[in-house]
Amino acid sequence: MKRFRRHGQESQRERIKQELYGFNKTVEHGFPHQPSALGFSPSLQLLAIGTRSGAIKLYGGPGVEFMGLHDENAAVTQVHFLPHQVELVTLLDDNSLHMWTLRAHHGVSELLEIGRFTLSGPPGAPPSVTHVTAVLAHSSGDLLLLGTEGGHVFVVKVPGFRELEERNISLEKVTNSVPEDYGGRRSLEHVESLQENPVNPRQVLIGYGRGLMVIWDLDSQSAVKHIPATQQLESVWWTEDGGHVLSSHSDGSYCRWKVAGDDPQSEQEKSEVPYGHFPCKAISKIIQLPTEQGPPFLFLSGGMPRASYGDRHCISVIHSKTHVALDFTSRIIDFFVIRDGPDHTGEPSALVVLVEEELVVIDLQTEGWPVIQTPYLVPLHCSAITCSHHVSAIPLKLWERVLSAGALQNTHYSKKPWPMTGGQNLAPDPPQRDLLLTGHEDGTVRFWDASGVCLYPMYKLSTAGVFLTDSDPNDNLNQGTEGEWPPFRKVGCFDPYSDDPRLGIQKIHLCKYSGYLTVAGTAGQILVLELNDEAAEQTVEATVADLLQGQEGFRWKGHTRLEVREEPVTFPPGFQPFALVQCQPPAVVTALTLHSEWKLVTFGTSHGFGLYDYQQKNNVLVRCTLNPSDQLAMEGPLSRVKSIKKSLRQSFRRIRRSRVSLRKHHVNNAAKLQQANARLEAELAEMELAPVQRKIEPRSPDDSFTGLVRTLYFADTFLSDSSHNTPSLWAGTNGGSVFAYQLRLPPVERRGEDPVTAHPAKEIQLMHRAPVVGILVLDGHGSPLPEPLEVAHDLARSPDMQGSHSLLVISEEQFKVFTLPKVSAKTKLKLTAIDGSRVRRVGVAWFGSTRTDDYGESGLTVLTNQGDLHVVSLPGVKLQVQYPCIRREDVSGIASCVFTKHGQGFYLISPSEFERFSLSARCVVEPRSLVEVSSQTPSTTLPRAPPDGASVERRNSTRDGVAVLQEIQKSLEVDQTTFLENGTSALAGGKVLSN
Amino acid sequence: MNKNHRVPSNRTLGAVEVKSKFGAEFRRFSLDRSKPGRFDEFYRLLQHMHRIPNVDLLVGYADVHGDLLPINNDDNYRKAISVADPVLRLFLQRKEEADYSAFGLDSLTRPKKTVLAAMLLRPDANRKKPLVIISLPRDFRPVSSIIDVDILPETHRRVRLYKHGQEKPLGFYIRDGSSVRVTPQGLEKVPGIFISRMVPGGLAESTGLLAVNDEVLEVNGIEVQGKSLDQVTDMMIANSHNLIVTVKPANQRNNIVRSGGGGGAASGSSGHSSDSGTSFYGYSSPGTAVATTPAHIIQNFHPEELESDEDDEDLVIEVDGEAMPIPRTSSASCTIPFIPRYVPHLDLRTTNGALASHNRSGSLGTLSTADRGLEGRSLEEEGTVITL
Repeated sequence: MKRFRRHGQESQRERIKQELYGFNKTVEHGFPHQPSALGFSPSLQLLAIGTRSGAIKLYGGPGVEFMGLHDENAAVTQVHFLPHQVELVTLLDDNSLHMWTLRAHHGVSELLEIGRFTLSGPPGAPPSVTHVTAVLAHSSGDLLLLGTEGGHVFVVKVPGFRELEERNISLEKVTNSVPEDYGGRRSLEHVESLQENPVNPRQVLIGYGRGLMVIWDLDSQSAVKHIPATQQLESVWWTEDGGHVLSSHSDGSYCRWKVAGDDPQSEQEKSEVPYGHFPCKAISKIIQLPTEQGPPFLFLSGGMPRASYGDRHCISVIHSKTHVALDFTSRIIDFFVIRDGPDHTGEPSALVVLVEEELVVIDLQTEGWPVIQTPYLVPLHCSAITCSHHVSAIPLKLWERVLSAGALQNTHYSKKPWPMTGGQNLAPDPPQRDLLLTGHEDGTVRFWDASGVCLYPMYKLSTAGVFLTDSDPNDNLNQGTEGEWPPFRKVGCFDPYSDDPRLGIQKIHLCKYSGYLTVAGTAGQILVLELNDEAAEQTVEATVADLLQGQEGFRWKGHTRLEVREEPVTFPPGFQPFALVQCQPPAVVTALTLHSEWKLVTFGTSHGFGLYDYQQKNNVLVRCTLNPSDQLAMEGPLSRVKSIKKSLRQSFRRIRRSRVSLRKHHVNNAAKLQQANARLEAELAEMELAPVQRKIEPRSPDDSFTGLVRTLYFADTFLSDSSHNTPSLWAGTNGGSVFAYQLRLPPVERRGEDPVTAHPAKEIQLMHRAPVVGILVLDGHGSPLPEPLEVAHDLARSPDMQGSHSLLVISEEQFKVFTLPKVSAKTKLKLTAIDGSRVRRVGVAWFGSTRTDDYGESGLTVLTNQGDLHVVSLPGVKLQVQYPCIRREDVSGIASCVFTKHGQGFYLISPSEFERFSLSARCVVEPRSLVEVSSQTPSTTLPRAPPDGASVERRNSTRDGVAVLQEIQKSLEVDQTTFLENGTSALAGGKVLSN
Repeated sequence: MNKNHRVPSNRTLGAVEVKSKFGAEFRRFSLDRSKPGRFDEFYRLLQHMHRIPNVDLLVGYADVHGDLLPINNDDNYRKAISVADPVLRLFLQRKEEADYSAFGLDSLTRPKKTVLAAMLLRPDANRKKPLVIISLPRDFRPVSSIIDVDILPETHRRVRLYKHGQEKPLGFYIRDGSSVRVTPQGLEKVPGIFISRMVPGGLAESTGLLAVNDEVLEVNGIEVQGKSLDQVTDMMIANSHNLIVTVKPANQRNNIVRSGGGGGAASGSSGHSSDSGTSFYGYSSPGTAVATTPAHIIQNFHPEELESDEDDEDLVIEVDGEAMPIPRTSSASCTIPFIPRYVPHLDLRTTNGALASHNRSGSLGTLSTADRGLEGRSLEEEGTVITL
């Protein structure tokens, strides 16, 4: 009987758990790591990016995002949308082709892989015969032309990937149809480019690596014309009127060829080396687009003079008399141009450039060609991310002030809206405003709108201005002087070079109610800032906190303190620093907390912690936590990493030295040299073979970095007696110690004059000595105490001060609840002793039930060193759920994780991308968008469906999930003759698929 | 032997006068009360003073109540030094002819004279004592034991190591490796965790129960299969205060041979250790306690023993900022027994006094030193000062 009841309770609990928790990786924010291919569909207004890890990402209007991953772990080398379709083809570097489609499912589109294909050559043929180098998605929408390394062009019917062998264009056919005197005996090399005649879809141009280009008629299966270029070919562009072909070459030249007329051989109209005289690098891509009045736009990528500017990554834009060489900070992957007009054949409106580290969009219709700010794909890593901080539910007032401060920083951007408009964003409006703050190596803090699917940049704060650094403020104004050639213009914001690594931001804490912000950095600097809507000129006074407190026998071997500017500095509107604390020794700040109600900031380093009163601008408390036997703590940053490197370097040096001396004495003594080499190899082998072993020893108080302060916490609780609650400060160290201080704050009216005092109240030494990573006080109901000012703003219910409070100490190894005010152990949850994982990150979150709006529970969100996510209930500290999330080898991913207050979180999956995940079943932010085939057919130029026709389109697409499949099947069944029919009347084929 | 008699050169409060008697000989010397040093140093000093370097001794002292109490480890040695006022009277006996009955826990009830008289007048009185001397029971402190012998396969060994906050390191290393398992598909190579190295003089080596290349199967009852080396390391460290490892010894020749249903009969060197582990302490009583429990749960140590072990763990120091600046432990259950004994040390008292004034004036740097002083590790590293 009893057992039955308990069973019932358990299943009840299981049901509640399902309503509260659910794990999803929802969306990737930021810029894809190592992009390798770019595609664009003018009809869908979608952009596709392929990466070296095999991911394919589609972006349309803000919020419209899709992501797919190839099963093969191979780089995506090319992405092509099938014209006027929702399919796209990717080519991987393992020579496989993949067909993807956007299929509507429950009113939301999904990116799905629907087919894969690898060219198979005749038996016995070398692999180069079928190695695809060029892809043309024919405008008919059902043909794919694949040029190969062997010089052949294969024709494949899509989306089913059916080879049409009889229509292949073999190298022999081509060589037979060009005059003997040009072709000669030499090979034409691989197919470099395939282009379709814009006015006659039956003609394609095949460009061979050696330079020869042939215009091939798909119907007559014969060469119509040939273009006898002699330079190594890089790219080909067929002008829109069909009358000319532009070719770019590896020597930095481009040529224009006239292809109208009946002459089987085209003549060269013009050949130019734009950055001439001296040898130039190849022009890897050329595009020319007409304008309604006036001269066309010409876009060239590369072609820089090899010796002087060979290392620049440039795209030259030439229009009439204007010539600009856009100078990017990373390698150019690809670019395309968006055109105006209903059928996207009008004026060029924007140039979209994918470089290795960012996406840059240039507004071509505004004077000066300004950059358009991207709403997504923002390079998070323009300077390396060093920390992040999430603040949920920002009050509207603060939100607007941050936005307006940010708007003032973005005046150099174009006013034009984002040109990519594809798809409909169906995601509901985010329930609240969330901010993600990232700290960067160059001393900046970036504010991101993290409410929805797009991580949108709001505001950027720089702390470098407070300090004297070597950087020259004029350094960034890299605008070329008058008359400089080439006419460079720097674009893009990716700038990984930091002037001074000490500026790096390590900890951030923002109070969303008061607008006070505190940031702390690598050189022990703690800045307190407040939001000001006006620019202000002020001096920031520094207070030094001597954390050693007279501990003797230590010598700091790390970096020096940052020097503070003594003259007043002008700060732009936004967050302006008004107080600065500098720790001595200037070790990296490891913990930071702000209490805006008490106007106190507390900070910790590897040496101790301090409490700073930012109203009176003085230190209230400085406490050294250093263990006298801990020498390592004084050596400064990175000393351990160095030691490994050092030993490697030393052994190399030893070898080199022995080699050098050998050379000196017996110059040609090869035997000795070999010996030295052998020794080097042996040493390296030993290094590899030495078994990885781990010492089993309990932590001792003499371990290194036991004094490092890991967590700091303010609480208004019952610290010394159970009848009076008082403000208190709690600190936890790496050595498993917890220090509690009772704070005495003067009454509000005397807050400016009377000193704040702190008295030591308690110390707890956890016997397992694991680092304390979190401290939390739970009120009488067992809920965590609210944030400062939260109750004052009526956003939280006041904590229960009647019942007894309890203290939760979270160490890397266990969760332990103690009673207060008398500290004695109540309950605990052991983690490491049971499964060997350790707590890396912990947050407090509120989980709302999906079933009813009014039920929810508080819980701890925990990330372990194994990359698993756990939810631990409060106040019972019971493990609720557990999900694997991050690979355990991905140390930086685990270290970068940040939790929100509503059960979501972010972690870095690459230096430039945040993965967003959700542990809450109710609170999920994920892209929901719909993309539909426009009703237009290839040969007609109907205007795109107006927005108010959306409902009709949706109806079409929802019934079409199955239809697409049927069509694929149909197209597979189509026999050859009908296919040819379809081919000749492209319209028919188009209709079948677009319905 | 009066010529060997030394007059203590230092008669200040800090010194302890020692009067040591071995047989009929007396030696007098003094020790620094604040820096007593360790027992083994003291033991060597006694041997030196009495010029009996190779004689095994049993050291006893007379406490304030006149009881004769043994000195055989650091703790009771310190106790003896701390209670001596000012003379510490020592009685040395050869271990072979020691009279164990003379030491009395209950000797409070006996008249003082009797104990001493027994010692002084009857040095050779107990000839009938068996010659097998196993030392005083209180000399024993379990350092390891083999447990669950009855429920484990003979090829496996479950070893419990007792750390007890002693200075001796656990002293072993583990590594990744591969072992061969018998599976339904035949023999299969699976990754495993192995002991890779023993630290000479470490606890693990001294037990003789673990050896290099032993495969680690479980840590405190949890299987390690499928766990990474780092995970297993963390598990062992997290359980280091009471570590139970189940191993498959590389050397299978010393396995315990079960005779019938009985306890551990021993053979070989490691078996010998297991013998001492099980038969003398009764820490584990495998036959009775575990007979019905499943094999993967460790049951034959008392759960409450482990729990209390842990709850005593965390040291809480409550500082009353106003009235009682000297740190005191909040309750007896939260203290390590030997801690209070350190408090009376003179130098520590001054530290605490300084701390008091510091705290009151709001400067807060010194609590940690006092804290560390309470743990008593730093003090032990100071050398013994002996004035002769």
